[in-house]
Amino acid sequence: MNTKTAENRDGLAASVRPRFQTLRRDRWWRAPLVTVVVLVGFIVYGTWVAFANEHYFTDPYLSPFYSPCLASNCAHVTLPVIGDWWTLSPALLILPFPLGFRLTCYYYRKAYYRGFWLSPPACAVTEPHRRYTGETRFPLILQNIHRYFFYLAIPFPIILFVDGIRAFSFPDGFGMGLGTLILLVNAGLLGAYTLSCHSCRHLCGGHVDVFSRSPVRSRLWLFVSRLNVRHGEIAWVSLFGVALTDVYVRLVSTGVISDPRFF
Amino acid sequence: MGDPSTVTMRIWRGDTNGGGFEDHDVEVSSGEVVLDVLHRIQATQAPDLAVRWNCKAGRCGSCSAEVNGVPRLTCMTRMSILDPAEPITVAPMRTFPIIKDLVTDVSYNYEMSKRVPPFRPKPKPPDGHRMFQEDIERVQEFRKCIECFLCQNVCHVIRDHEENKPHFAGPRMFIRYAELEMHPLDSGDRRDLLQEEMGLGLCNITKCCSEVCPEDIHITDNAIIPLKERVVDRKYDPIVWLGKAIKGRRSGRAE
Ligand code: SF4
Ligand code: SF4
Ligand code: FES
Ligand code: FES
Repeated sequence: MNTKTAENRDGLAASVRPRFQTLRRDRWWRAPLVTVVVLVGFIVYGTWVAFANEHYFTDPYLSPFYSPCLASNCAHVTLPVIGDWWTLSPALLILPFPLGFRLTCYYYRKAYYRGFWLSPPACAVTEPHRRYTGETRFPLILQNIHRYFFYLAIPFPIILFVDGIRAFSFPDGFGMGLGTLILLVNAGLLGAYTLSCHSCRHLCGGHVDVFSRSPVRSRLWLFVSRLNVRHGEIAWVSLFGVALTDVYVRLVSTGVISDPRFF
Repeated sequence: MGDPSTVTMRIWRGDTNGGGFEDHDVEVSSGEVVLDVLHRIQATQAPDLAVRWNCKAGRCGSCSAEVNGVPRLTCMTRMSILDPAEPITVAPMRTFPIIKDLVTDVSYNYEMSKRVPPFRPKPKPPDGHRMFQEDIERVQEFRKCIECFLCQNVCHVIRDHEENKPHFAGPRMFIRYAELEMHPLDSGDRRDLLQEEMGLGLCNITKCCSEVCPEDIHITDNAIIPLKERVVDRKYDPIVWLGKAIKGRRSGRAE
């Protein structure tokens, strides 16, 4: 096998090839750039919200960053499993789970390997790294635990849905506001994101070889597969969903806007 | 592009000793594809231009090249989607060694293909093997492959890192592995081989293979990620480890 490709092609050894070499003419740098801007924006906002520890609850709306609220120092306790020795923001108790789920998500991996690690920045654009071991070594081999984050992530959309139901119960009785709708939509988006996960698809039926012998799994697999095709888009929409839901609760809580009531 | 118009084709010319781009001004009529124009250059200006092709219908997978930097079948790339104002570059696939001009030596792919453990049918039941459409629907997608090797060519694991070639089967071969692993009648287990020798872990699921596949096979979503998940079943699932420890034997596949 002749392995002198790179040298022959450009008269350059692979190691001295210019970075980002490509013959592409389109704006290939746009997608990775947008990824970086959006993800950095979300990380900055999310970190601030996680540590802010205020304005995350305004009766009856609870921000998804603080749900479930497990410490007794919460403004609105979901389940008081952690005593008052916990004095930090209660968001820090739960955020590692959704964070780990998104961090090891097959779709986000694609997005940040391209956007942040430039490996590759775009298709047929030379990556800047000299060596490449992919996900074969520590720490990236840990991406294989995505499935466990999936298990841990299952309760979250359910809890957010319960929050949405609770958001019908205002201090002055039963009702519905724009916030109720936002909370429910957010729970739906998170549910769609979790269900469309590749690990979910595998566990539901992807591991089966003879579908005709497992009709239930077969149907489940078909259903999840249909969602899974859209997993990337759902990942973005649900990310915006979480952030915007928090923004809404925060604005209502601080009195910047008032929540329009439908009834 | 209604009437014939003139465009500049910037074509890589050379062989194992090196080479470079050469410009050819050539007439293009409406409805033509890049391969038509290459043939016109061959017929009128550069009779020694080496181009590999066979079917001119997107079926044989011979005419792969990089048009304006994007890996494509030249017979399926219409001239009308390319900007005629600038020279249109046509380069050989970068990942494979040059033979001449646009023709590369794709034997790496055949070597990797030879290393795929073949179909191993389950023992035949007395009334013969039986398969239903729903059992093979999933693997039929992979049979659409025309072996154009555009996916192998675009994959950065070997495109940018020649040294990975000996231990990386590549996306085209991964769909072959997936087809066998998901086959209702196959009894083989290639998961250790995939993870340890075929570089499944080298793939970082950045999906360029899926982006360029002219058959629109969802290589990453339907073959590579499911294979990675099957490897997780086998190697990284503590519940499976526990089961194995309890049973005191190496268990087969989780099903
Ligand atoms: S998804 Fe994996 S196999 Fe496909 S091009 Fe990317 S790294 Fe290569
Ligand atoms: S999988 Fe698609 S891109 Fe790869 S060789 Fe087959 S047809 Fe070509
Ligand atoms: S959440 Fe994206 S693949 Fe699992
Ligand atoms: S010539 Fe057969 S695919 Fe292009």
